Amino acid sequence: MAKYLLLKHYRGGPTPVIDMPPFDRWTPEEFSAHIQYMKDFAARLEESGEFVDSEALAPEGTFVRYDGEGRPPVTDGPFAETKDLIAGWMVIDVDSYERALELAAELSAAPGQGGRPIHEWLEVRPFMTAPPTITE
Amino acid sequence: MDEVLLRSLTPAVLGVLVRRGVDFAAAEDAVQDALLEAWRVWPADPPRDPMAWLVTVAWRRFLDTARADAARRRREDVVDEEPPPGPVSGVDDTLQLYFRCAHPSLSPSSAVALTLRAVGGLTTRQIARAYLVPEATMAQRISRAKRTVAGVRFDQPGDVATVLRVLYLVFNEGYSGDVDLAAEAIRLTRQLAAAVDHPEVAGLLALMLLHHARRAGRTAPDGSLVPLAEQDRRRWDTDLITEGVAILQTALSRDRLGEFQAQAAVAALHADAPTAAETDWVQIVEWYDELVRLTDSPVARLNRAVAVGEADGPRAGLAALAALDDTLPRYAAVAAHLHERDGNRSTAARLYAEAARKAPNLAERDHLTRQAARLNTTPPPAPPS
Repeated sequence: MAKYLLLKHYRGGPTPVIDMPPFDRWTPEEFSAHIQYMKDFAARLEESGEFVDSEALAPEGTFVRYDGEGRPPVTDGPFAETKDLIAGWMVIDVDSYERALELAAELSAAPGQGGRPIHEWLEVRPFMTAPPTITE
Repeated sequence: MDEVLLRSLTPAVLGVLVRRGVDFAAAEDAVQDALLEAWRVWPADPPRDPMAWLVTVAWRRFLDTARADAARRRREDVVDEEPPPGPVSGVDDTLQLYFRCAHPSLSPSSAVALTLRAVGGLTTRQIARAYLVPEATMAQRISRAKRTVAGVRFDQPGDVATVLRVLYLVFNEGYSGDVDLAAEAIRLTRQLAAAVDHPEVAGLLALMLLHHARRAGRTAPDGSLVPLAEQDRRRWDTDLITEGVAILQTALSRDRLGEFQAQAAVAALHADAPTAAETDWVQIVEWYDELVRLTDSPVARLNRAVAVGEADGPRAGLAALAALDDTLPRYAAVAAHLHERDGNRSTAARLYAEAARKAPNLAERDHLTRQAARLNTTPPPAPPS
């Protein structure tokens, strides 16, 4: 078993296959169908024993750094037009890299306007694992 | 096994140990061990007297630990014989326990965790699951909280308001694992109401019951939020409403108004309306006026603007809103609703989308996105002919 992060970007991936308008330009029914697809997907992975975690993030973040002893943290942002914007993630625990790709592709097929798959780019990142006990 | 009965005995058992002179942190550990043991043993071998069983097991656990500690420190074993229980004052013990667990030196998250464990009798694992943190993290949070309040002396009566804030947080925040936090908050508030006669305790209990009554109507089968005006009121729990209203009326008759009674009064007026259109918004505005006077809270002012919009029309609501800080949480959502009612659909759609971006949780974000989508993709309703 190996863990993978399926990372969903609002912006920052390869050029989208479909130029998707924001959700508030979809019909409420199209939006609901999209949300339901993702819920069902997570439920199927729980059923198959491959689901670990899933979280959504608020769209605005702030950069922070240390600025020396006794000084308050320095902050930068939030930036309205940041190049890479992460929307949220799902963590899965699966038997193979191929299975991780297969599941990411299934999630990318979530329905959009007119019920057609959105073909969204998702980023798949393997987790670093614990060192094995037997090494020789 | 009746889990709630088991947990309801927690404060009394803890009280017995503390009265025998055991310090709070050690007593709480011993009681938690006894509860876990009860979980294991009772289903197959239920005790005749659950309270006595728990006291005996907790006391033995404490002695075992104390002896081990004493041996480690090479000290004389001073505690051996089980002393007779002191004078029985269960109610005072329970009240003191609530004060200790909500002590102002604790952060809100620590007070919540400690209350759920020491008063509620939940296990660390159950509490960790309810707040989606690792069990080890929750165990640390609880043991640090216990160390913080272990030395607190109760020579002065505590402030009931601190306890109520903690119970309100349990009711209003948190996820749901296998524990229903809202139901647990109601149980703990009932238990507090039995231990202390205070109109605000009754007010909070009424507020919880009246909101809990609406629970089934609050979400659609697909999990999406249903706004109050669109809820199917036949799905509201009329028994809880009746109980909540009765408790509130008794509290209000004492003529010592507080914020929870005022909030409960608003909830009672919603519960009273057979349909959303029949809501007595004029009276609701008056209760929000009281709430603003009592708390001077920006959130109360925002809710008041919503009520004014219903009582006197959207323009009046927008005027009330204009006086408030537009960075308040949910400000954009309220503005969107009032602009839509005022017939300004494009402004409303823009504000709903803005509110969705600022929403603090997914259910609200999805709901607000749907509102924006509805306005952007459907034609305006035909004007009345």
